[in-house]
Amino acid sequence: MSTHQPGDAVQRADDADPHGEVEVKQGSFAERAEPLDNPGLPEHLPRPTDVYPEAERRAERQVAGMFFLATVLALAFCVLYFVVPIDATFLGWSGLNFALGGTLGASLLLIGLGAVQWAKKLMADEEMVEMRHPAVSNDDDRTEMLAKFNQGVNESGIRRRPLIRNTLLGALGVLGLPAIVLLRDLGPLPGKKQFETVWASGMRVVNDVAGTPLRPADIEVGQLVNAQPFAFFETDESGEHVIHGAELLQEKSKASVIVVRMRPEDITPAPGQENWGIEGILCFSKICTHVGCPISLWEQQTHHLLCPCHQSTYDLSDGGKVIFGPAHRPLPQLPLALDDEGYIIATSDFTVPVGPSFPEVEQDK
Amino acid sequence: MTQITTDTPLEESAFGKKAAGPVGWLDSRLGLAKAGKGLVRKVFPDHWSFFLGEIALYSFIVLLLTGVFLTFWYVPSMEEVTYTGSYAPLRGLEMSKAYASTLDISFDIRGGLLMRQIHHWAAMLFIASMIAHMLRVFFTGAYRKPREVNWLIGVGLFSLALIEGFAGYSLPDDLLSGTGLRFVDGLIRSIPIIGSYAEFFVFGGEYPGELIIPRLYMAHILLVPAILLGLITAHLLLLVYHKHTQWPGPGRTENNVVGYPVLPVYAAKAGGFFFVVFGFIVLVSATLQLNPVWSYGPYNPSEVTAGSQPDWYMGWVEGAVRIMPNWETTILGWTFSWNVFIPAVVLLTALFGLLAAYPFVERWVTKDDREHHLLQRPRNAPVRTGLGVAGMTAYGVLWIAGGNDVIATQFHMDIYTITWLCRIGFFVAPVIAFVVTKRICISLQRQDTETLLHGYETGVLERSPDGGYSERHAPLPANVAYTVSARDEVRVIEAPEDTDEHGVRAPGGLKARLHARASRFYHEDVAEKPTRHEVEEAAHHHADHDGHALEPGARDEFQGISETGVPHQH
Repeated sequence: MSTHQPGDAVQRADDADPHGEVEVKQGSFAERAEPLDNPGLPEHLPRPTDVYPEAERRAERQVAGMFFLATVLALAFCVLYFVVPIDATFLGWSGLNFALGGTLGASLLLIGLGAVQWAKKLMADEEMVEMRHPAVSNDDDRTEMLAKFNQGVNESGIRRRPLIRNTLLGALGVLGLPAIVLLRDLGPLPGKKQFETVWASGMRVVNDVAGTPLRPADIEVGQLVNAQPFAFFETDESGEHVIHGAELLQEKSKASVIVVRMRPEDITPAPGQENWGIEGILCFSKICTHVGCPISLWEQQTHHLLCPCHQSTYDLSDGGKVIFGPAHRPLPQLPLALDDEGYIIATSDFTVPVGPSFPEVEQDK
Repeated sequence: MTQITTDTPLEESAFGKKAAGPVGWLDSRLGLAKAGKGLVRKVFPDHWSFFLGEIALYSFIVLLLTGVFLTFWYVPSMEEVTYTGSYAPLRGLEMSKAYASTLDISFDIRGGLLMRQIHHWAAMLFIASMIAHMLRVFFTGAYRKPREVNWLIGVGLFSLALIEGFAGYSLPDDLLSGTGLRFVDGLIRSIPIIGSYAEFFVFGGEYPGELIIPRLYMAHILLVPAILLGLITAHLLLLVYHKHTQWPGPGRTENNVVGYPVLPVYAAKAGGFFFVVFGFIVLVSATLQLNPVWSYGPYNPSEVTAGSQPDWYMGWVEGAVRIMPNWETTILGWTFSWNVFIPAVVLLTALFGLLAAYPFVERWVTKDDREHHLLQRPRNAPVRTGLGVAGMTAYGVLWIAGGNDVIATQFHMDIYTITWLCRIGFFVAPVIAFVVTKRICISLQRQDTETLLHGYETGVLERSPDGGYSERHAPLPANVAYTVSARDEVRVIEAPEDTDEHGVRAPGGLKARLHARASRFYHEDVAEKPTRHEVEEAAHHHADHDGHALEPGARDEFQGISETGVPHQH
């Protein structure tokens, strides 16, 4: 067999000069003859379905069979929707999900496979050739377009009347301002909110689930307790929480703390913070100073606290100093004391901002 | 060739009869024939790699369909409610309406869980196929003139898809998605000077506030999809205008496109492929659970689960944030959180910037102003391929870093060691990848030249009368030989002499030298294409050596080897 029996379309492909319509600029391109001539499209070979009627009929049956099965499955979907209870489980998961997804998915897949099979086995499969045209407009079009555009601009007189042009541009430019100003009420200004939490002098440190106040005796050496300010559990006369909803989440994302107990001799307090603990009990912000994940992975032997999100590691025996990871500022510490009843209280709010850094974080309150 | 089917003349076909009726009615109002005549039999080339973008398109349609379904029940509100639905473990808990309605869709709406699953899996596939499509376009040079604008549209689609995906998985307002939002809060705060203001404006006050879910919802179902839809339309219109690129091969030139017509072949193949993609996504969604939001619980800023990970396509940003050193500087009272700003904001911008700039940088280096419709095999652009693999390697290192905690616990490794390996690997691995890839490409080019000139190895050993052994080579079949030989050839552009004969410095010398250096970097080691003379010479040599009158181009199919080990037709 030979390759050189091109049909009409191929003839056109062969005749076309490989660089005819495409402009070639001199430069880095070697202008050498191609090592081999383009042999032209290979001869089209018939498929079994083109030649053998039984193969064609088989393919036809396959395609129609798939479409028929797809119909049955789509109907099955409708039946199963009403038959399978929504709380049925199958392999430990929603039985309805398996039933509906299985029938719908298989139905769609069969429609698709049927269509592809139809195209591959039965539709004409002779390759066609279409000529390309350069993306650029032809010279006539370009000239005509530019002339028309120029005429339009001239008729508007915008070149001759700079006053109109400039005032229009000014008006349109200033129109951007209302658009920006309108967005002002997207949110309030930060003010000092990022510097403040609900912690205050005398506020009890309470268990984060039950809200029960903590006593030093409740916490053993090596233990970590997730805690919150008592304010989150305060209720009004009707028994409703004073702080709730969005406000609760906002305050929680700043005021959440952990209380840890270490042996007092292991602790190196920062200068001026020597009396912030009680018998080795220290309280730190739970919010990572990196991007604000709550930190809770506590290694009692090393006194290291690891953030589960990005692995910033703080040494709680060393004033919450960062010893590894992307966080920069040490974990803020909450000064503690005991109230008259022997419960742990804060003696003030945090003295530095908690949570992720922000541009004003080092500025004074 | 015998055609079994017989054609129906137009006048007798149902369509032909309607042309006077309803079709004529439409045509006389819309001018359908004028617009449609060029499209109905428009030719598209066929190759498996051209289907990648199609998968993205079809996933997008699936996303639109399932997304509409989800909006019927989802409530974009952060208002607090007590959950009373059918999922017992969470009953009685306070949660946002957004989370509660997501639970309702999962447990109380029949087919709701399936639609959520399909929507999320389709989103995964949307982005995955987009990335695969983009890599295909990159490694084959399909972005070259005249398709640079379509490449830019593609970069825009890619960046928007990431934002769309992120907005989407934040909507359920469960513990995991809330943790993701907390990260975004930290990211916004890290913007120099205006960080706090940006945070308060985005969240409508202090994080998390009550507005972020409704705002993300608007972005997710209206703003971003509308832009995506517009860009996809432009992407496809340009594809039709430029006509699809094709691989070089016999009969294929820069001036034609060889393939199958839209009607019937692509109507069936591409239309069928939509159903295949849809069906595949549905079957995956029926069997593989992802994002079981009910097991995470409602968002609580004081809780997090270990191993919290974003969706996979954000994993590389997560990794960059994890391995970034803890740099933070305070200048004149303003704190700059480089530890967050560089890996999150700068890196994301840099990725899209580099992707957008690449075609123009390459164009500057090659000074190539021709239109390109024939694709390049990756080996035939060794530097581009090397750079692409280097980029993929950097992405991969960051991706590994994004799972450093999981790797540490699964493989019992020290997490700090993994982090350090990733820090070093991010800079070293891409360089190694570049050099190795470039060398592999050049070796493959040389091997192409070798087989072109000396034939392929038949595996047949011959013993000469004096006892020496040699392997018999056979020339490549004409079609294969042409395909291998058809590649673009480029040369290094050298800088003009620094000074002319009078010792006067040439103007623009620095720029030219810089360009010459870039050009050398790009083209220097690329294996040269054999010349026509070399090929002819080799053919004669071949004929003499083997005693067979074999000319490259004289055979039409790959001969292969018979059962006896003797090449056919020898």
